[in-house]
This record gives sequence, C-alpha cells and structure tokens, in this order.
Amino acid sequence: MALLTVRNLEVEFPLGRKTLQALYGVDFSLEKGERLGIVGESGTGKSVAAFSILNLLSKPGRISRGEILFEGSDLATLNDDAMRDIRGNRISMIFQDPMMTLNPVLTIGTQMIECLKAHRNISREAAREIAISKLKEVMIPSPENRMDSYPHELSGGMRQRVVIAIALLTDPSIIIADEPTTALDVTIQAEIMVLMLELCKNNSVGLILITHDLAVVSQVTERVMVMYAGRVVEEGPTRDVIQNPQHPYTRGLIKALPQENRPGSRLNQIRGSMPALDAIPAGCAFNPRCDYADGECLKAIPPLLGKKGHKATCLHTDRIPPFESARQEVST
Amino acid sequence: MNTALKPLVEIRNVEKRFGGDGGFLSSRQPEVKALNDVSLSVDKGDAFCLVGESGCGKSTLARTVIGLHPPSNGEILYDGERIDTLSQQEKRPFTRKMQMIFQNPYASLNPRMTVMQTLEEPLRIHRPELSRQQVREKVEEVMLSVGNDPAWGERYPHEFSGGQRQRISIARALMLDPEFVVADEPISALDVSIQAQVLNVMMDAQEQRHLTYLFITHDLSVVEHFGSRVAVMYLGTVCELADTRSLFATPRHPYTQALLSAIPKMSEEGAGHIKMTGEVPTAMNLPSGCVFHPRCPHANDRCRKEVPDFLDNGETQTACFAVEEGRL
Repeated sequence: MALLTVRNLEVEFPLGRKTLQALYGVDFSLEKGERLGIVGESGTGKSVAAFSILNLLSKPGRISRGEILFEGSDLATLNDDAMRDIRGNRISMIFQDPMMTLNPVLTIGTQMIECLKAHRNISREAAREIAISKLKEVMIPSPENRMDSYPHELSGGMRQRVVIAIALLTDPSIIIADEPTTALDVTIQAEIMVLMLELCKNNSVGLILITHDLAVVSQVTERVMVMYAGRVVEEGPTRDVIQNPQHPYTRGLIKALPQENRPGSRLNQIRGSMPALDAIPAGCAFNPRCDYADGECLKAIPPLLGKKGHKATCLHTDRIPPFESARQEVST
Repeated sequence: MNTALKPLVEIRNVEKRFGGDGGFLSSRQPEVKALNDVSLSVDKGDAFCLVGESGCGKSTLARTVIGLHPPSNGEILYDGERIDTLSQQEKRPFTRKMQMIFQNPYASLNPRMTVMQTLEEPLRIHRPELSRQQVREKVEEVMLSVGNDPAWGERYPHEFSGGQRQRISIARALMLDPEFVVADEPISALDVSIQAQVLNVMMDAQEQRHLTYLFITHDLSVVEHFGSRVAVMYLGTVCELADTRSLFATPRHPYTQALLSAIPKMSEEGAGHIKMTGEVPTAMNLPSGCVFHPRCPHANDRCRKEVPDFLDNGETQTACFAVEEGRL
C-alpha cells in the first residue's frame, strides 16, 4: 500500500451561477521516500492537486469527488481539527516565496519553536534544541545566533533554507514543495535543490515537487506527472518521460526549451494557448494545439495507457514519430 | 566583428550610487554602490546579454543606459554622441531610437488604457504629424508583426494572458521603429512554452527591423540561445565579457564557471555544480580588492587587496588575477 494514494480527485470552484472545474479524475500515489514531480504550465491544476491534499484550497474551491488516502484516513473528509494534526506535522509544505511564508515580525527561533509546540507536547528548551539541530541540517552557519534573527536579516537562499528546516521540524513523511526555487537565483537554486534531494534521501521523506521547470524535475525526482487542463496527461519514471515523451504536450514543453534548440534558431513553440477553465475543448483537451490530432481526438477523452508505468493519454502514440532530442550531449 | 564600425552604444566607466545623503526625515542613508566603473560597448546588430544574480546591478545598468536614472559618474554614448548629460528636450530624438521592454507585463501596461491607446501614445508624442489613419495603420502593422490580432485594440490589458500582454509591450516598444531595445528580463515572468513564443517574436523583430538588443536575464540557457555577446556581472562590476560561443565554450572567470555549472541540465540527478562558499555580499558594503574574492575558491592575498583589470585573452576578456597569473 502506497504512503499516499489519490483516487479520482475532482476539485471545483463554484462561482455564482457557474461552476469551474479545476481537476478531472486525477489519480496518483506516492511510496515512502519517493520523489514525485508534478509539471505543467500555470493554470493546468498542478498546484490545485497538491493543495487539495492538505485542504489548502482557497475558498470557494472544494473537493467534489475522490479520496486522498494517507496513513489510514481519507484526507478529503477530515474535519479541521484532524487536518491540523496532519498538516505541518505528518505532511508539510514549502511555498514559493520564503519572504511571504515567514512571519516578518517574529524571529526565526520563535517561529520554529511555535511550530513544534503546536504539534508536540514538549518544553521550550527541548523545542529550541530540535530547531537548532534542523537549522544545522540545512547548513545554516552558526544556527544558535540565527535563531534570534528576523527573516529580513537573511538572504533569499538562507530564508528558503529556514523554510525547509521548518518543514522538517516534525519529521514529516511527506513534503509538498510548490515551486521552491522559482524566486531564487540560479546558483542558489542549484544549492537548494541539492540540499532538498539529500535531505529527502537521508531521512526517507517523500517529496511532491510542483514546478514548471523540467530541468529541475529531471534532477530531483524519480517519477513525474505532467498535467494539462486539469488532467494528468502523462506519467512515468522521470528519465523515461524526459527522454521519450509520449504525449504531444510533454513533447512541446521539452522542445520549447532553449537548450533543446540550436542556438540562434527559432524556438519550437506550442501553438495557441491554454484553454480557460470554462472553455475546455471536447475530447482530448489538447487537440486544438496538437499537430497529430484528428477526428478521433474530438470524440472522447483518451484514457491513460502505456507500458511499464510510463503512461500517456494520447490515442496516437503509435503514430507519432519517435522523439528526437536536439540536445547536444554535455561533455565535462 | 568589424572594428572600423563605431559601436551603437558605449558605456564608459559608469558608476551609479544610490542614497548616501540625508534622506527624508532621516539623518544619513547608507550608500549603495550599484555600479562600479562599468565599461561596455554594444555594436549594431548585437543581441548583447547582461547576466548575473539578483542585485548585481544588471537592471541598474540597463536603466542608466536608457536614461531612467542618470549615472553618478562616467559617460554614455549613443552613436558617438554623449546622451547622459542632455536635457529632457535634447534627449527626445534619442528616446525615439531607444525603447524598453519591462519584466512584468502585468505591471508595465496601464490597466486603464486600451491596447490601442497604449500603442498610439508614443506616436502622438513623437510623431504628431501623422494623421489618425496613418496611426491606425501603424498600430495594425506592428500588432501583426508581433503575432497579435489588430482587433484587440479596443480591449484592456486584464483581458489578456501573460504572453499576449508581453507581446503588447513588445509592440509598444516597436511603435517608433527604434534601433536599440533594452529588454529587462522580458520572459522570466512567463511559462516555458510562452517564453519560447516571446523569444521567437523578439528574434523575428530583430531580423526584420535590424534591431540591437540589450537583453537582461538570469537564465543562461536563454543567453546561449539568443545572445551574440555576453557580459557577466557581479556586485556592480563586469567580471567577464565575451562572444556567447566563447563564453560557453571556455569560461575563464571563476564566477562565470560557477554560474554555468549551476544551470540545471536535463540529465542525471544531482549533476555536479561548482559550489561557491559564502553569501553574496551587499552593495552597501563592498569587499576590498576583487569583489568576488570572498566567494572565490582561487582567491589569494593580491585578490583581497587589488582590483583586477580587464585582460584580453583572445576569446574572452576577464577581470581576474588567477587567470592573469595563470593559476587557473
């Protein structure tokens, strides 16, 4: 039995007379210590899928169907009190912008101790000890002194380390990270990603990484799930998906990257734009933007099919020419 | 490169400091040295890229070049003429030739103006002789060239997606047929597939209109794809200057090497990157000597005391003692 199983999850946002559906029958699971990436453009539902696990959907969003099984309970039906025992304790969350996540008027130490005391019955001194050891784990220099610093006294990279330390405080079994490095510089991004990878490996913490950056996904995760218009369109072992993408949308995403194109040439772009939630095309939602679409694609929503755990929702995977990467191998 | 041609834009020993004097209701503001003795020249037809981490001064440099704030020291020349000392009135002919595209298309378009009004405005100011009909035609032509539907004219910015908005702001920059366009992180607020679309529009525009770009970005894979020349900046100084190809093939400066190794590659997990020690110092308290020395694995005593000069080593120009002394 997987650590976390999401089955047939549907999320909707009732807005006055109309209701927008953000997720359509999303299924996925996470094993203990597994690292899963969720990839897609803005508006594909990747954050909604992850937020609904912890019941963090902004109002009036709600889970209209499906179950989220974790440690024997269905998170979709938990009341607020029971959810509070899970959120930030068994499953913790890292958000994009560390300046928005940390409270600017409290010291790092206060915020960490507060979090621990909320979930465990321990003394301030013991909580302080744990907090310092976690700051050490995320390689913050002189953690004892940093406990008394305010967030504004730290650099962006340091702040995100603190946020990671807070996420690790209660030894969770899953961390959900929503674009954790998007707000950071390349050099810092590389450091934070390596750090997260090592921490998850060493403590066998499961990771759900939400990002639009395929390169980051390829370095950190073992399995990846690509979303488009509220549905999972492709999933599989990260390397398989990136080296041999089956769904035309995944191919389009990879081929649009500058490093996948000859320098100076026109970049491959996916034509058209993402459909709005209230105007999702019939059949395969990607059909108006797809080079391989035909009448079949307009009729029914294709099922998620494939071999060896690498699946895609495309009727024509056998007709589409094999994927060729334009990437020149990096020799270092 | 033809050396006989004079550069389109020349930046000579530019410095920019912020603060330093008494602020409103306060005694003395700390001085931020955003740019220190920066010299560059951008040739006609270049896609000149400025790269570096946040706070290295790349946006300040771009804004100084285009005249959004005056340099504290140094000169900026456009087509051989000094422009940083001109009055608003005298600068007008130059503003027509120099345009800017900003990072965030959600903030750079006026939400109360229709697309048509936004695009007409530069023409009404700089080319009042044009008739209504001519203005409309011009708007239509530019809208089409950036892949926008001219029928969008009556709509407001909030009705468009990020990519569409960024194409509208590119259209606004192209309205006056500029020669030189400064683009400050024009694609970093957009999704991957939209980034490709906007970059394509910018490359097409360069080809059709013979534009020269000063392109600011922190994304090195974009630089490799788009740039013809690159300047790598660190804490307000340029540490390496080269043709894009040479820079990516043979990076000399230790900071450039670290930056390049940090690009996430679509390959094996945890691919090794060069780890820099220490934190980025702030521009309020610059290190002595080479500004990179506190994070440099190759720093020695000389680096801590003296400021390195640019050294031309054939393919790249590098300001580093370790390279100069052959220690690297």
